[in-house]
Amino acid sequence: MPDLLGLARSIASRAVGGEQVEAYIASGRETSIRVFEHEIESLSSAESAGLGVRVVASGRVGFAWVAAIDEASAAEALAQARDNARFATPDGLGGLPDPDGRQPVDLDLWREDLVGTSTAKKVDIALDLEKSTLAGDPRIRQVVHANYADAASQSAIASSTGIEVANRRTSCSVSVYAIAADGDDSQTGYGYAAGRQVDDLDVEKAASDAVNRATRLLGAKKPASSRLTTVLDGRITAMLLALLAGTLSGEEVTKGRSLFANRLGEQVAVAELNLVDDPTNALAWGASRVDAEGLACRRNRLIADGKLLGYLYDTRSGRVAGTSSTGSAVRGGYRTTPRPGARALAIEPGELSQEEIVGRIDHGLLVQSVSGVHSGVNAVSGDFSVGAEGVMIRSGSLAEPVREVTVASTIQKMLQHVSFIGSDIDWLPGSATGLTLAIDDMSMSGS
Amino acid sequence: MSGHIVEQDVLERVLGTALRTGGEFAEVFVEERTSSGISLDDRKVEELSSGQDRGAGIRVVVRETTGFAHTSDLSEQGLLHAAEVASAVAREGGSGSRTVALDERRFAPPQPLVAKHHEVTKAAKVELLERADDTARSNSSAIVQVTAGYGDSRRRTQIANSDGLLTGEESLRTRLGVRCVAAGDGGMQTGYETLALTLGFELFERRSVEEVAEAAARRAVSKLGARPAPSGILPVVLRRGSGGVLFHEACGHGLEADHIVKNTSVYTDRLGDLVASPLVTLVDDGTVGPQWGCMTVDDEGHPAQRNVLIRDGILTEYMWDYMRARREGRQTSGNGRRESFRHLPMVRMTNTFLLPGQDDPDEIVAQTERGIFVAHLGGGQVNTATGDFTFGMTEAYLIENGRVTEPIRDANLIGNGPEVLSRIDAVGSDFDLAPGTCGKDGQSVPVGFGQPTLRITGVTVGGTSLA
Repeated sequence: MPDLLGLARSIASRAVGGEQVEAYIASGRETSIRVFEHEIESLSSAESAGLGVRVVASGRVGFAWVAAIDEASAAEALAQARDNARFATPDGLGGLPDPDGRQPVDLDLWREDLVGTSTAKKVDIALDLEKSTLAGDPRIRQVVHANYADAASQSAIASSTGIEVANRRTSCSVSVYAIAADGDDSQTGYGYAAGRQVDDLDVEKAASDAVNRATRLLGAKKPASSRLTTVLDGRITAMLLALLAGTLSGEEVTKGRSLFANRLGEQVAVAELNLVDDPTNALAWGASRVDAEGLACRRNRLIADGKLLGYLYDTRSGRVAGTSSTGSAVRGGYRTTPRPGARALAIEPGELSQEEIVGRIDHGLLVQSVSGVHSGVNAVSGDFSVGAEGVMIRSGSLAEPVREVTVASTIQKMLQHVSFIGSDIDWLPGSATGLTLAIDDMSMSGS
Repeated sequence: MSGHIVEQDVLERVLGTALRTGGEFAEVFVEERTSSGISLDDRKVEELSSGQDRGAGIRVVVRETTGFAHTSDLSEQGLLHAAEVASAVAREGGSGSRTVALDERRFAPPQPLVAKHHEVTKAAKVELLERADDTARSNSSAIVQVTAGYGDSRRRTQIANSDGLLTGEESLRTRLGVRCVAAGDGGMQTGYETLALTLGFELFERRSVEEVAEAAARRAVSKLGARPAPSGILPVVLRRGSGGVLFHEACGHGLEADHIVKNTSVYTDRLGDLVASPLVTLVDDGTVGPQWGCMTVDDEGHPAQRNVLIRDGILTEYMWDYMRARREGRQTSGNGRRESFRHLPMVRMTNTFLLPGQDDPDEIVAQTERGIFVAHLGGGQVNTATGDFTFGMTEAYLIENGRVTEPIRDANLIGNGPEVLSRIDAVGSDFDLAPGTCGKDGQSVPVGFGQPTLRITGVTVGGTSLA
């Protein structure tokens, strides 16, 4: 294992004059396996590493990255970042963070067990997943692909302002995509499971989810347009929360692009809704000891009893807003600079299971998958319109399946129309946690 | 290609090693990429960044199985190690040592390399963004925020395989994106416009920064006071160039050979069938320089081609990568692409467009009593197994009595590919192309979309007000 923190320190120590230097270094080992018709379709394994250097000189920020972690590459990136800084607009607020004295919580996200798992065992997991899915129902015509993927990654951040942190984590996941057929009709369903080591993976649940989702859509028709309650499956709720996180980013707020700017203390959601971003919770996929600038992650309450309580800040946006970082800097690897963002958003769960929620709805749609989220949701205006598939709810029971519809509203209105919050918390991969959420007064467009 | 990244004799030895465990086919894909980016936001040049990436991906194929490894270590030792890792999937012993002799082939690029980015000063790139900001803000007092991003890249590839092929390409790409936020009584609206071509810095001789910034600003302002989009089935007129993403989603993905071979496309076994209105002739063409999806050779080393997929409504051809075509005993169509050396190639589109027809674009609107005029589409998504797809309107208006009237707010459209293609009843004589990014299977590659102004007799519009 290379000494990432040692190299990061060495780069940071080269700051001269009034200059600030930060080095972010990441390395990882990844495996991904795809099986098809009981054979390995592809098996990929690789180690990769890279570093990103941020330089702040006279209030100007420059950045450079390189996909290598040798000494010569580091020196070249530092020189490039310095040169880039000369052309940025000076800004008194853009400097690197100083250590804020908060100690990171003790989280161990590394499993030696995953590192020691043989490739053969990983292949077997993917083959088992395909087999279980095919065996799940006679109407499953085929499994398009069954996948296993894992990563063991390490990172280190050091800066001339005194930040020094190292971090590491393991993760693994399986996913399967199946087609159910009945006569001329074909429908698709998706299942997945995730964990930090292979024993965490609930392969059977991934298979049965894909089977159920595909088979229950058989015979789906395009229904007539109507206004109804949508019951969002956990994965859809997580997607909605991730969109919401964009509007609560301190950067969007301070730049006047957020629906929720200047609304602290206002009732932005129903009183039953509580939202936190808590990367210190080890159950969350996005759990982390430190943020992407090396400050301790912390539990941030965003909405309490429906009232807007706060935003997510990195160092710069915190300074612009006249406050400080909430430990919410995220970055997409060594190639990008930090921005504020969520890691572990979660709605406080309610009392009812998904089945019980469905039982209380007279006219609704259980949404099991959505499409066109990147094209149909505008996080600045709040307009929300996505393609959907699911099952109609009539008088408290699941009824006929539907497809080729859209469901639409605005983000603002959806938060005010949450009618039930599920108890079925699901720690999904990504930056947000799933649970069933019922939202009233949505427009379903069909024929 | 100016000079080899890895010497030919090294590649030959690496391929030999890759085949040692019994692999039937091996390939080394070497890539070197430098990029730079500048972002302006909130009236400030916030950041300049530059990046360097180089490495190789090695794949070994035995029957239906592919082993793959990648490395950023381009020394012979590093490449041999990756070859051993990739070849571990083919363990059934095999043919002992194999020698591979490479025969280098060079192909003419669709676009000559002119103004290389490293010859342009950073100050000149910064100045572009400042002009974009000034132009957008002076367009209307309603513009409250402007974000402008510049990005360029130079990419060199070198591809060698055990069939003896050695080739590669060098390309330059440049893009500018401007995003504006306008504020009014009814809240905020956004407008986005991108200029992106497979060119160096001479991109800005094709279209000015001011034009791009004005388009973004106008789009944001046009939606202030827009009404909620209708909900239900309506006729939709797509303005030229804006709606090519429709064909990319509605049928392009479904014509990719991986979906066809796996029987996961609604277009499987449909060659020779009428799959669209007879007004539809659809082409995928990687040779049209300097469009965003053009290239000299694809990422498996085969020259880009022009492929007619649908002619007068009849399905004529699918798109193929080399590996699938090789298994099926046919020619590749030059559609094997990958995001980088860290990814396996797969069948991908290049520039996909509908050819112009006979109708006067203005007449198409004039002959639509009631419907939606889409001036700009965002992205989309398709389920190839069912054909259902969505695409988002980012600038659209009502059509009332043959006239474009009020603006409407952003919403998705949803339809079924084969059904929507059969409902195209007017195709204009105009044409335009636009850049985009395709994200199939999590791998991003640059693509182009294009179409003339056209009308679809009915699509579900996913708004909130009764149609």
